[in-house]
Amino acid sequence: MPMKTIAGKTVEVDNEGFLVHHTDWTEEMAVELAREEGIELTEAHWKVINFVRKDFAETGQVPTIRRMKNVGGIPTNELYELFPQGPAKKAAKISGFGKPQGCV
Amino acid sequence: MAETIKKVSIIISHGSLEGVYPGLIMANGARMEGIEANLFFTFFGLEAIMKKRMNKIKVATVGNPAMHIPSLLGILPGMSAFATWKMKKEMEKLDIPPIPEFIEMVYDAGAKLYACKATVDMFHLTKDDFCEQTDSIINVAKFYEIAAGGQIIFT
Repeated sequence: MPMKTIAGKTVEVDNEGFLVHHTDWTEEMAVELAREEGIELTEAHWKVINFVRKDFAETGQVPTIRRMKNVGGIPTNELYELFPQGPAKKAAKISGFGKPQGCV
Repeated sequence: MAETIKKVSIIISHGSLEGVYPGLIMANGARMEGIEANLFFTFFGLEAIMKKRMNKIKVATVGNPAMHIPSLLGILPGMSAFATWKMKKEMEKLDIPPIPEFIEMVYDAGAKLYACKATVDMFHLTKDDFCEQTDSIINVAKFYEIAAGGQIIFT
């Protein structure tokens, strides 16, 4: 796996730039990972990131878009606006997790 | 960089659970990848966006060899309801929503939903019979116009 320096920290990433170890993640890295996707993080983005991190800690899985809405209270249309062109993928990446493997 | 798909227009023509889900999953998956998605509901597929029907869609237990039950058993009362219940339970585990919620989800994801005019006329339906996420009732010519420049998938 390639190594990459994100926000001053050198970590292992996969071929698409997703962190291999979610424990490497820091809030400063989230800002930089978001910029790579053309996203400037706002409070609304942080609400998503914090939910993804919290839900993973509780369930061991990155939440689906459906779960982000029903459990996290993040409306689906808002999620698509915050993370255009691939909300589940981008939210997972910026939150320090691997690419989601589910179909929904 | 490899060529990517920019737009898909998916036709849903069956009114069974197994007939409706693949199209919804593909449309939703397209939006998740940033691909423009249109859904065109035709024939019995229309039930998936009909207010009174969308919550009652069932698995077909007759004439379906992959069910692994003899067709004679498939006709027993409650068989289809049982198979539907079982399948829904498995889907819930994968966080795949029931049809009405799924329709809302793909709509919120930015997919456009259309009803087929020929079927609407045939069954004497009106726009009021359809869920609020339904964009409009369109004919085949309009469908091709909307689908232009993208991929068309028939299910």
